Amino acid sequence: MGLFTELKDSISRATDRLFSEQEPKRIGIYGPPNAGKTTLANRIARDWTGDAVGAESHVPHETRRARRKENVEIERDGKTVTIDIVDTPGVTTKVDYEEFTDEMDEEDAIRRSREATEGVAEAMHWLREDVDGVIYVLDSAEDPITQVNTMLIGIVESRDLPVLIFANKTDLDDSSVKRIEDAFPQHKTVPLSAKEGDNMDEVYDNIAEYFG
Amino acid sequence: MPKATNADDSDAPDGVQIDLISGERMAGMATMEKIRMILDGVHDGNIVILEEGLTPDEESRLIEVTMAEISPDEFNGIEIETYPKSETRDSSLLGRIMGGDETEAKLTVIGPANQIETLHKDETLISALVSRN
Repeated sequence: MGLFTELKDSISRATDRLFSEQEPKRIGIYGPPNAGKTTLANRIARDWTGDAVGAESHVPHETRRARRKENVEIERDGKTVTIDIVDTPGVTTKVDYEEFTDEMDEEDAIRRSREATEGVAEAMHWLREDVDGVIYVLDSAEDPITQVNTMLIGIVESRDLPVLIFANKTDLDDSSVKRIEDAFPQHKTVPLSAKEGDNMDEVYDNIAEYFG
Repeated sequence: MPKATNADDSDAPDGVQIDLISGERMAGMATMEKIRMILDGVHDGNIVILEEGLTPDEESRLIEVTMAEISPDEFNGIEIETYPKSETRDSSLLGRIMGGDETEAKLTVIGPANQIETLHKDETLISALVSRN
């Protein structure tokens, strides 16, 4: 990309931000299935609005539609930061209904897999068109160097969106925050347990700093 | 432009077809042409190797189109592997002027999810197990 195109784009982005100051930023919660995205979205929403965003489950692809919680007002150091939280379905490149047949009958498993594929496509569309920043949630007990994570972080970077990486599930014995920091050293990693509510003060400090 | 032949004829040998596609061949193609070529190959049970990979935007559209084509008992999706980035990309203005943002080409392996399994991946090596359907 040439210098002038780059400068024009930078000015355009700055102008867009200036004139959209009153609108709450839409922050997409992204990540692979079962990373704890909805648990995090519910934790944030309950802490600041009293309501939940959606149902949580240990079965992958519980969230199959993107859901937006509007006007979440987070107070930090006497200031209020207002964001919309967009809880998105877990992104994957493959869905096999037989993964769900231990938990439900075949008909429900097929329906779940079909809805899951629609949800992934929806999540990708939101990422390309409709979010102003990204919280990327990873299960810190799992290997973070997967193709889905590499691709999604690359897509976020290519769109110049501000991104925070949340190393979730620090309450698990196998949790390793360092493994995530080493995998994506170009981004800030914040450890937390959304389920237990651990380290949420640092989570909110960073949300206010990055997306306020 | 000649098409890659398909080894699904009845007298074809029992094996897995691998298509290695050069950056030159991909260069003149529109995003959807690239995605169609990849997914047509994968639907035929082939392993598709791209010399220069896809852009992030093309990758996001590949995921989206793949999801639309998943069908129970017929197509479960794709396995895709590229090397992870080994160091922080130079995103400073000077880096961009010098073209630091444009050297994203990366070898990419794509196959049917039920036929290819990644055994190991690090910054310099992708090891995969490919099976017949």
